[in-house]
Amino acid sequence: MGVITEIRDSIFRATNRLFAGPEPKRIGIYGPPNAGKTTLANRIARDWTGDAVGPESHVPHETRRARRKENVEIERDGRTVTIDIVDTPGVTTKVDYEEFLDEMDEEDAIRRSREATEGVAEAMHWLREDVDGVIYVLDSTKDPISQVNTMLIGIIESRDLPVLIFANKTDLEEANVKRIADAYPQHEVVPLSALEGQNMDTVYDNVAEEFG
Amino acid sequence: MPEMTNPDAGRDGPGDGVQIDLVSAARMDGLTSMEKVRLILDGVRDGKIVILEQGLSPDEESKLIEVTMSEINPDDFTGIEIETYPSSSARKGGLLGRLMGGSDDNKLTVIGPANQIETLHKDEDLISALVSRR
Ligand SMILES: Nc1nc2c(ncn2[C@@H]2O[C@H](COP(=O)(O)OP(=O)(O)OP(=O)(O)O)[C@@H](O)[C@H]2O)c(=O)[nH]1
Ligand SMILES: [Mg+2]
Repeated sequence: MGVITEIRDSIFRATNRLFAGPEPKRIGIYGPPNAGKTTLANRIARDWTGDAVGPESHVPHETRRARRKENVEIERDGRTVTIDIVDTPGVTTKVDYEEFLDEMDEEDAIRRSREATEGVAEAMHWLREDVDGVIYVLDSTKDPISQVNTMLIGIIESRDLPVLIFANKTDLEEANVKRIADAYPQHEVVPLSALEGQNMDTVYDNVAEEFG
Repeated sequence: MPEMTNPDAGRDGPGDGVQIDLVSAARMDGLTSMEKVRLILDGVRDGKIVILEQGLSPDEESKLIEVTMSEINPDDFTGIEIETYPSSSARKGGLLGRLMGGSDDNKLTVIGPANQIETLHKDEDLISALVSRR
């Protein structure tokens, strides 16, 4: 290939990147039910796009369909990192509709559990096929070494996906970030409160660094 | 006069006992991922506790979760409990970690029906399951 063509091609590639940008990486937000995934997804989306991703709730399995927010442009040090964020349903190995009966009637509880199981199945499928990186959200007030967390992180590692572990709910007194860092020493652990917006600068630094 | 008082008797196999299937590594070796998942879920859905000598690969674990989810229904299946030994932390040190050589292939895996296992507890070198009869 001639020098001119080569230069023209590389200018073409550069401008292409400049204007269209590369395909944004698809970042899956995974973690156990109720860890604060949607609260985090909403905060990221509100901070950088102005609108939210989906409803948050103290009742587990609020998110029952993966929800995507595309082209979230995060600015860091004059650089823009564009990602798609995918908020996924909390992963579990069991769902019993009877656990929702305090909160709703039987019909709604059965529907909620059916949707939850479909959503988790879909989220597992996505993890095998469709995500380029993972934010793994844990509730820092809970024991981080559950079987689901160990399995999920093992699955993520086996796929060689870049991963950040978010130790959420640091606003709560019982939060224990060190317990999470000790459990997963091989990964970057970022403390935050998605609800209160604590430590979000560091969160975005890490997101830009890891997924940019 | 002895009577059938438990309408479920027979469906869960002989008597009220809990059946445990210990599946050797050799038995699993010849199976595809989906066959392994099937073998586990068929056992668990029959009320058995399935113990795998060799455990599953991460990919197989992810398929196990996916298929488990698709089979949960309000009438008779609420999902699974699963624990592996040694745990990732124990794998580096602990008794079982040393015994089992510390490789990922050698993680004893215990899987049971969620609605019958009241607690499945594990620490460094012990797994203990409290199983309730239906
Ligand atoms: N104190 C505190 N509560 C939080 C924080 N983040 C989320 N929560 C609360 O935790 C509960 C669950 O939050 P969600 O964002 O719905 O959790 P999720 O991980 O999306 O849950 P599922 O969709 O059910 O898997 C809600 O009551 C949130 O308000 C936090 O940083 N601090
Ligand atoms: Mg959610």
